[in-house]
Amino acid sequence: MGLTGLAIFKLLPKTNCGECGVPTCLAFAMALAAGKATLSQCPYVSNEAREALDAATAPPIKLVKMGSGDKVLAIGDEQVIFRHDKTFYHPTGIFIEVADNDANLAAKIDEINGIVIERVGQKYEVDGVAIANASGSADTFKAAAEAVAGKTDKAIILLTECPTCMEAAAGAIAARKPLLYAATADNYEKMVAVAKKVDAPLAVKGADLNAMAELVAKIDYKELVIDSGARQISQVIADQTQIRNGAVKKRFRPYGYPTIAFTTEADPAMEVLEAQAFISKYASIVVLKTTKTEYLMALFTWRSNLYTDPQKPIAVQPGVYAIGAANENSPVYITTNFSLTYYTVATEVESTRLPSYLIAFDTDGLSVMTAWAGGKFIGEAIGPWLKDSDINEKVKKKVLIIPGGVAAIKGKIEDLSGWEVMVGPRDSSGITSFAKLRLNV
Amino acid sequence: MPVEIYKDKFTGKVLEVILGATKEQGGTRAYTVKLGGSSTLPFLYYEGELPNRPVIAMEVWDIKPQWSSSFEPYYGDVWNDPVAWAKKAEEYGADVVYLKLMGADPELENSRSAADCAKLVKDVLAATGAPLMVEGPGFPEKDNDVLQAVAEAAAGENIALGAAEKDNYRGIAAAAMMGRHCIIGRSPLDINILKQLNIMITEMGVPINKVLNDPITSGLGYGIEYSFSVMERARWGALIGDKMMALPVVCLAGPEAWRGKEANAANADAGPGWGDEKDRGIIWEAMTAAALLQAGGDLLLMRHPEAAKLVRKQIEELAVPNKY
Ligand code: B12
Ligand code: SF4
Repeated sequence: MGLTGLAIFKLLPKTNCGECGVPTCLAFAMALAAGKATLSQCPYVSNEAREALDAATAPPIKLVKMGSGDKVLAIGDEQVIFRHDKTFYHPTGIFIEVADNDANLAAKIDEINGIVIERVGQKYEVDGVAIANASGSADTFKAAAEAVAGKTDKAIILLTECPTCMEAAAGAIAARKPLLYAATADNYEKMVAVAKKVDAPLAVKGADLNAMAELVAKIDYKELVIDSGARQISQVIADQTQIRNGAVKKRFRPYGYPTIAFTTEADPAMEVLEAQAFISKYASIVVLKTTKTEYLMALFTWRSNLYTDPQKPIAVQPGVYAIGAANENSPVYITTNFSLTYYTVATEVESTRLPSYLIAFDTDGLSVMTAWAGGKFIGEAIGPWLKDSDINEKVKKKVLIIPGGVAAIKGKIEDLSGWEVMVGPRDSSGITSFAKLRLNV
Repeated sequence: MPVEIYKDKFTGKVLEVILGATKEQGGTRAYTVKLGGSSTLPFLYYEGELPNRPVIAMEVWDIKPQWSSSFEPYYGDVWNDPVAWAKKAEEYGADVVYLKLMGADPELENSRSAADCAKLVKDVLAATGAPLMVEGPGFPEKDNDVLQAVAEAAAGENIALGAAEKDNYRGIAAAAMMGRHCIIGRSPLDINILKQLNIMITEMGVPINKVLNDPITSGLGYGIEYSFSVMERARWGALIGDKMMALPVVCLAGPEAWRGKEANAANADAGPGWGDEKDRGIIWEAMTAAALLQAGGDLLLMRHPEAAKLVRKQIEELAVPNKY
């Protein structure tokens, strides 16, 4: 990646000894460029060449880690501009900002810890807390950092441009590997020293994109997160796009780090929409203020959607699931093994409070209507499967409830399985009333 | 050393499509709306032209819908009066009125006739000033009848007729041509079909600058990432010069977002951490729409006035040109 075969060739010994497994240095260079060989296969590369090649073959954006224990947050290491080119790997970290002099700091942290949102089998939690040095005092900042670290095991960002304040707070919670925000043109030497001392990642903030790149180039430390300083939404989108393009397409080193963005909207609804734009456009971390869970749920959902692998839908293991203490008299529902579909339906079946069986039919992770259109959720597939399935032994009444959207497959299933088919509602939200009206148990 | 600003060099651009016609142009609309025209990716003003902001269409039905109670305070008094409803939508800031003729569903007891639909469209046009989009009930034969009549009744108004699909576009394309209207081509999240459909529609004689694309929106949490990526791919195709992908994109954000349980569930049925139902539904829709803006949505169909308001506000901020 990055270098062309010819550029790599220039760095090789050009002796064509063949020990790497291909006949010539040029052929080896081509194989390296195509990612089909590794440098260690050539025993004769010089150290300079190795360094140059390592740098050129390093990931375009560095992987940076913060936090400790099982709450380590890994950001960066992205390789593409568009998710359809491959996938996005490291979901944006979502942080809530608090002030070090907030009299209700403890309660605020409890509130942040308490944000646990569950939908379709996924659990969303805030990734971390960003503590602002609003007091301007090193002692207050340090006390706040200790208090937060004592109350949560989430990742922490320390927000101050005062090196002595940073040193006090970062030193106190060094074991938590906080992100230090930020080194600027005015304080960077001291900030870098603090970061090195406590061995924590450091954010670099410029007055603009240019100043940021200059500053990064001056800093002799690689655990960095970058911020162009832009705050207006359209400029943030532009800067983030520059950084991603420059890093991925141009291998411009000063851009090769994860990024951080801050919301500015005062209205929490507008704020999460703003955070959405930053997530959509490459931010590795967003820091926001709202703790309103209905808003955060929408934001987490968007992040989760954007970061799913476009090549493979999230699927559940196909098979027969018991919902509640299902027994031989329980109704049997069928749906697909697309995770979203399965959990949507499972939640509704659960809320009928009737112990039931739910079949997650193998559709390679496609939704009901998509799988039907694609020929994977049809009578010809379900019928024979059902006939041989062990669900036959589990229930006395051989009645299968199918989604209303695919009523047309009823006949074929009946013909091929010997079961009776009941057409359920189109939308899973109708299952509760369907169960009440139609399943006279 | 100043950093080098990276710019993609595009040769293509999205066509401009105009909705509505004013008096001078042979219609009666108070204004027209221009869609598309971008010669770069969304909101990258430093790189190319983005002459027209994304616009908001608001949804109006011709029968009372089974919507969440969250809509009651906004539309409760106009559920059974589509003309008054359309006027309300304008008051709530709709740039475009999107009339969905659900009442023409042939399976309904009192299915609305094509003639009735035409009359209703005339009445809506008489009562409002915004450009109009009209979608049939979604049954191929009935859609053809209804849209034929609507196209005639609205001749000169340059409305948009929808939705034409691969297996059902001829009748709608003929209607659009006859009334010199725009047409919405709908393709199932598949950029090859999107392209093919545009070719077929234009081969029938519909001018290319009268075609809008609906690549199918899926709601937040329910497949939106597919819509996002299909839109990004189509936009890229347009910018590198594929004219059959270079059409403004319509996103049915409101209707899709409100299919999700998260938008509708009353507090009693809500999952853990879901928060309060009112704001939850509104943000679910707004988030759906705002995310699609980032993939290049040119016209967002919105349902809840509060969600529309949020998205409009964000569009204003996104419209501040960035520069280097
Ligand atoms: C995302 C999507 C895709 C994704 C697939 C994502 C996936 N993992 O499934 C992709 C892009 C791959 C795709 C491809 C195709 N798609 Co598609 N797709 C969609 C889309 C936008 C959303 C689907 C979704 O995720 N829904 C959410 C889930 C939860 O819905 P669901 O599984 O149906 O479950 C609901 C109900 O069925 C019910 N339910 C489910 N199980 C059960 C069980 C019981 C007992 C009961 C009572 C109820 C019930 O409750 C659930 C919640 O309401 C829909 C349109 C839309 N907005 O719905 C089109 C749609 C399903 N696709 C369609 C088509 C045609 C296709 C393609 C054939 C297009 C093509 N030519 O490529 C391909 C086929 C793929 C293949 N090769 O097999 C059509 C189907 C038309 C039809 N009626 O036959 C749709 C409806 C779009 C349209 N209007 O044209 N698609
Ligand atoms: S082992 Fe090294 S020196 Fe020998 S041919 Fe391969 S690349 Fe050239």
